[in-house]
Amino acid sequence: MKRQLVLENGASFIGEGFGSNSDMKGEVVFNTGMTGYQELITDPSYCGQIVTMTYPLIGNYGINRSDNESGQPSISGLIVKEIAKKPSHWQKDKTISEWLEEYDVPGIEGIDTRKLTKIIREYGTLRGKIVSADADPNEVAEELKKWPLPTDQISRVSTKSVYVTPGSGPRVVLVDFGAKQGILRECIKRNLDVVIVPYQTTAEDIAKLHPDGVLLSNGPGDPKEVPEAVEMVRDILGKIPVFGICLGHQLFALAAGANTVKMRFGHRGVNHPVKNLRSGKFVITSQNHGFTVEKESLKGTDLEVTHIAINDGTIEGLRHTKYPAFSVQYHPEASPGPDDSQDLFDEFLSMIETNKKEGAQLA
Amino acid sequence: MPKRTDINKILVIGSGPIIIGQAAEFDYSGTQACQSLREEGYEVVLVNSNPATIMTDTDIADRVYIEPLTVEFVSKIIRKEHPDGLLATLGGQTGLNLAVQLHHTGILDELNVQFLGTNLDSIEKAEDREKFRDLMIELGEPVPPSEIVTTLEAARNFVDNVHLPVIIRPAFTLGGTGGGIASTAEELDTIAENGLKLSPVHQVLIEKSIAGFKEIEFEVMRDANDGAIAVCHMENIDPVGIHTGDSIVTAPCQTLSDRDLQHLRSVSLKIVRALKIEGGCNVQLAQDPHSDRYYIIEVNPRVSRSSALASKATGYPIAKVAAKIAVGYHLDEIKNAVTGTTYASFEPTLDYVVTKIPRWPFDKFDDAKRTLGTQMKATGEVLAIGRNFEESILKAVRSLENGTLHLELKETAEMSMEDLFNIIKKKDDRRLFLIAETLRRGASIEDIWSCTQIDRFFLTKIANIVAIEKALEAAPKDEQVLMNAKKHGFSDWKIAQCWNSTETEVTAWRKERGIHPVYKMVDTCAGEFESETPYYYSSYEDENESVVSKRESVIVLGSGPIRIGQGVEFDYATVHAVWAIKNQGYEAIMINNNPETVSTDFSVSDKLYVEPLTLEDVMHVIDLEKPKGVVVQFGGQTAINLASGLAAHGVNILGTTLDAMDQAEDRDRFEQLLLKLHVDHPAGDTAFSTEEAVKIANKLDYPVLVRPSYVLGGRAMEIVYNEASLKHYMDHAVLINPDHPVLVDRYLVGTEIELDALSDGENVYIPGIMEHIERSGVHSGDSIAVYPTQTLSDQVKQEVVDTAIKIARGLHVVGMLNIQFVIHQQHVYVIEVNPRASRTVPFLSKITGVPMAKVATQLILGEKLEKLGYETGIHPEPNRGVYVKVPVFSFAKLRRVDVTLGPEMKSTGEVMGQDVTLEKALYKGLLASGMTIPAHGSVLFTIADKDKEEALALVKRFYDIGYNILATEGTAAMIAERNIPVTVVNKIGGSTPNLLDVIRHGGAQFVVNTLTKGQRPARDGFRIRRESVENGVVCLTSLDTTEALLTVLESLAFQTECMPQMDDRSIDRKVANLEAGVSR
Repeated sequence: MKRQLVLENGASFIGEGFGSNSDMKGEVVFNTGMTGYQELITDPSYCGQIVTMTYPLIGNYGINRSDNESGQPSISGLIVKEIAKKPSHWQKDKTISEWLEEYDVPGIEGIDTRKLTKIIREYGTLRGKIVSADADPNEVAEELKKWPLPTDQISRVSTKSVYVTPGSGPRVVLVDFGAKQGILRECIKRNLDVVIVPYQTTAEDIAKLHPDGVLLSNGPGDPKEVPEAVEMVRDILGKIPVFGICLGHQLFALAAGANTVKMRFGHRGVNHPVKNLRSGKFVITSQNHGFTVEKESLKGTDLEVTHIAINDGTIEGLRHTKYPAFSVQYHPEASPGPDDSQDLFDEFLSMIETNKKEGAQLA
Repeated sequence: MPKRTDINKILVIGSGPIIIGQAAEFDYSGTQACQSLREEGYEVVLVNSNPATIMTDTDIADRVYIEPLTVEFVSKIIRKEHPDGLLATLGGQTGLNLAVQLHHTGILDELNVQFLGTNLDSIEKAEDREKFRDLMIELGEPVPPSEIVTTLEAARNFVDNVHLPVIIRPAFTLGGTGGGIASTAEELDTIAENGLKLSPVHQVLIEKSIAGFKEIEFEVMRDANDGAIAVCHMENIDPVGIHTGDSIVTAPCQTLSDRDLQHLRSVSLKIVRALKIEGGCNVQLAQDPHSDRYYIIEVNPRVSRSSALASKATGYPIAKVAAKIAVGYHLDEIKNAVTGTTYASFEPTLDYVVTKIPRWPFDKFDDAKRTLGTQMKATGEVLAIGRNFEESILKAVRSLENGTLHLELKETAEMSMEDLFNIIKKKDDRRLFLIAETLRRGASIEDIWSCTQIDRFFLTKIANIVAIEKALEAAPKDEQVLMNAKKHGFSDWKIAQCWNSTETEVTAWRKERGIHPVYKMVDTCAGEFESETPYYYSSYEDENESVVSKRESVIVLGSGPIRIGQGVEFDYATVHAVWAIKNQGYEAIMINNNPETVSTDFSVSDKLYVEPLTLEDVMHVIDLEKPKGVVVQFGGQTAINLASGLAAHGVNILGTTLDAMDQAEDRDRFEQLLLKLHVDHPAGDTAFSTEEAVKIANKLDYPVLVRPSYVLGGRAMEIVYNEASLKHYMDHAVLINPDHPVLVDRYLVGTEIELDALSDGENVYIPGIMEHIERSGVHSGDSIAVYPTQTLSDQVKQEVVDTAIKIARGLHVVGMLNIQFVIHQQHVYVIEVNPRASRTVPFLSKITGVPMAKVATQLILGEKLEKLGYETGIHPEPNRGVYVKVPVFSFAKLRRVDVTLGPEMKSTGEVMGQDVTLEKALYKGLLASGMTIPAHGSVLFTIADKDKEEALALVKRFYDIGYNILATEGTAAMIAERNIPVTVVNKIGGSTPNLLDVIRHGGAQFVVNTLTKGQRPARDGFRIRRESVENGVVCLTSLDTTEALLTVLESLAFQTECMPQMDDRSIDRKVANLEAGVSR
């Protein structure tokens, strides 16, 4: 069935529908990863977004049971050049189309995705809607212009209740703003005793759990939409070691007095080089963010830039100069993407250990 | 770290001649490296033996040496130049091996020459099988169970434990020479024994076969700061078992999940870090299609064919960056040349599908064993880009120029389903085409999968191509169906076939409906960043990104894949044409599809289109660009073949007119022209039947040269000496019919010479005349060419020059011209006129200093010779110095191919030798071509009757310089008659040691064999020649080449004559008396 994607600027792309046939609005973003579609579709950070993949053949290895980053697709829609009808892989469970239909996520294939990508590059992220092919694009564009981008994504994807994955190592509270499974997996791999808590948990409640460290997860949307979380981070800073990832990084920056701004079209892909300013080395990272910490806003804060994006110089990592706390804008847990930076979890762990020892000495 | 300042002068080693397994990719990487180093202010000294390369142009390096790539000569250069650093990881396996040898001689340490880039220790760790295995075990990375053996016995023992099949790979050989898969005990013996012999260190690796696994390659870069990235990953459509150089490859990987891919990427990075690679590295891995098990296959610690492919597939210039890393830069300090804004430390991401298909020489070598295995056989490759797999692979198929424009072969018409499956199982070069055919006839994907293990993903795509064919057939002139077919890469030619229409009609119908391709940019980042790479591919999409500039443009057609008869020389010429066009102020646009070459480096032309060189695909570019005209003279036969079609579409062919080209190609018109110009040529006629051929031959007198009229390049051309042979040829070698007559020409024995000329239609400048060592009858590309001429009288030379000028004027040539002559009894005959750039352009340009391709391009664009400073006549020959161009063959890699030199070209590359005398130049040339020239040893003669007289003189000379003479019975008897000591060797099949034993066990250093087709002992002759080639023994099939070698040996030999006896007659008499007494 022919369907179309309409952008707020009136541009329309007609292609063949797959997945569900429902109409869906969202912020249209592009991702440059050539594989890893299942991981990103289920990455809660994409909540509310229509994702276009720049690689033209998507779904080649199907959908399997082991690569989900959350319980279900998070995206609002998927735009590709060609969707695989007959995927081939030993782990394949179903096709993308079958899977998205199950979860009522619409998709379109057969459009010039490179043209779409270039529009996003030029104009910045745009609102868009997947509708039937005979809808009037101008009408849809008008509707989109009036449509306020949703702000409640974090509450939609965060856990509703506290749960625990026990381990014999230090206790870490993972504040779930839409945490990827990968973060939890890395914690479990290191034997951490993880308590996962909802995004609006207060510092007081966290302290009651007696954590050795607090991990601020990734998540969708604007960090300023969750001021309660910023407050929580401010309260625990200096008391408990903190490690922030992606949205967690932005929340950490806001809590320390810096500012965040929306980027034109963000970083989404698995090929972004990041330089570690302390070691002078770089790594290739997996990224997915539409906001960034404003460089100028660091003045007067106790934050130090530890990592920058080599391509555009934006901040990719921060460290608190007084307290045990650091963060990265990218995804050390990978999935999808390169696992070059998994040692950051070890760094967090050793920060916890050092802090424990220092604490013991003080006592 | 910024660049190193402790070094100033760098020696770069090239890769030598083009051979199977080492082709034009190293001209591309070497050129990039030299330019990259000079950009940084280093003084670059280059050594390479291959004149047919851009890298050996004097403006690519500060000083260029075209000398043999041997320890002896490169050491001389090192002593003369005193470089501070040596860069050897850009010259293929040849460059790397030479660097290792140089190191072992101690010269590098002695003169304090530093090894740049990946260090020697790392190279040895990666190259030496055992060291590499140890490293993998240390890293905990899986390698297939294997063992390094140095004897056949040990090989057998290993197989007792791991069971067949096993893969055998000799250590330190190019393109897997001598390797193979053994499935039976017999095969094990043959392959292992051969492999042991071919390995310079007498080692082979025997390894449990993991055939059927997916073969994955990663192109990785690492800098001295341990920064490492994966530039590109590629998936071989053919599973493990076929050499990656012979595999159809797609980039990026299509069937791996992110988990699989990241795993293999991490493993690759871990390996290059452990090896401490500084530069580019290729990692080959095998992934189990049924689990997450994987194995490391091998690592190449240098830039390679795959890295050239990856560079062209992604736009990331691996060799250039590798050179920067070698002088100290870190990846995050090097700008990405494509975007200009990002850095070399990022991993390219593609938004298109790339397909590479190898180009095999089996169209030239009918007899060659065409099954594919661990030994590479392709001479070249093509690359195509599309927005889906079908489009990408169909464009690649069209680029091959193998007689088809679609996934189909004519020959399948007579094959049954069973035949098809049998060939598919045997894995030969036709596999892809035959798979499509079985699907067409209703085979299931499962059937094909079960006998090929080609991933179902790819088979599904091929099935989709077949489904589109059926849809086209079912619905002619359905716009939707047509659009879908075009989107999936179908040519108008194929659509016409499905519609029962003509290509012209389909094209017109399609254009009326506004269906035409757009061009997308290759930008390394999938559109994420703005970039200005002028590198495009076509696709049936929405948005066109190729903006036509206001400047007037000229299109140069490239020469497509490297194949026998059309080598890197043509790429050289097209690149120079592009540069000259830019110089003249036009926008230069290149169309080509060969990923190995300099011409497809997007920084060479103003705009590069990677497209098949077919009329339809080229016309699409022309429709968009509306150029001033198209230059076809430099792209070999590929470009020439397109000329008439383009002209028919109203395209302006720049330079020599189409009519003139036709006059030179069409036999009748050519004869008329020569007649008019009073130029002689060998008499001949056209035969439409065997009887006619016999009649013509009788009139001309034997020997005669016979060839089919419809093929070019000397294919199926033969010299026949009598009626019986002629009849045999007519009945067996060619299919004669009214459409395909056979040309019968008088075969004139004599000296063959050729020249290249530049002409503006009025004035004609001849840069030089080259004399061939081998007499007429040997293809010019396979002959040793000498400049200046050595045996021609001034009078003959003048006649040749006059003739050339007459012909150039007669044809109104504007641009380049190549003429071949035979000098028969002091008389000049023209054999061939090619109004286009020839194979000798780079050689002659380099040695005379006349930039031929550049001047020709200027002429084509309307300049006049006089204005450029050239008057009609010949370029003065030098007083000093002799230059030879020696052909290089790849026979060891092509089983069952007869190595005899003849009218059909067989060489894959060339080298140059230069020195003050012919002997010295020949010595260097022969050495550079790979020949070992020992000062003593044995020569084995097996000579055809017709050659015996002539051969005897050579036998005598070999004997005189101390060589032992071996011969088979007949030849030996004749030699003995001349009182030359000779050892008789038993014939093949005779008691041991026989001929083959002698060759196999190093009993002869040279084999001289002139037994050819059409003669009784042809089979034996063939076996002798093959045995020689496969055992690395120099085999000479031309007495002229033999004599050339002899003159070299004689010049090297010191006489060892015993002192004359004292002339004391009384003693003599006493002795005589004594003897008389004894006998009495």
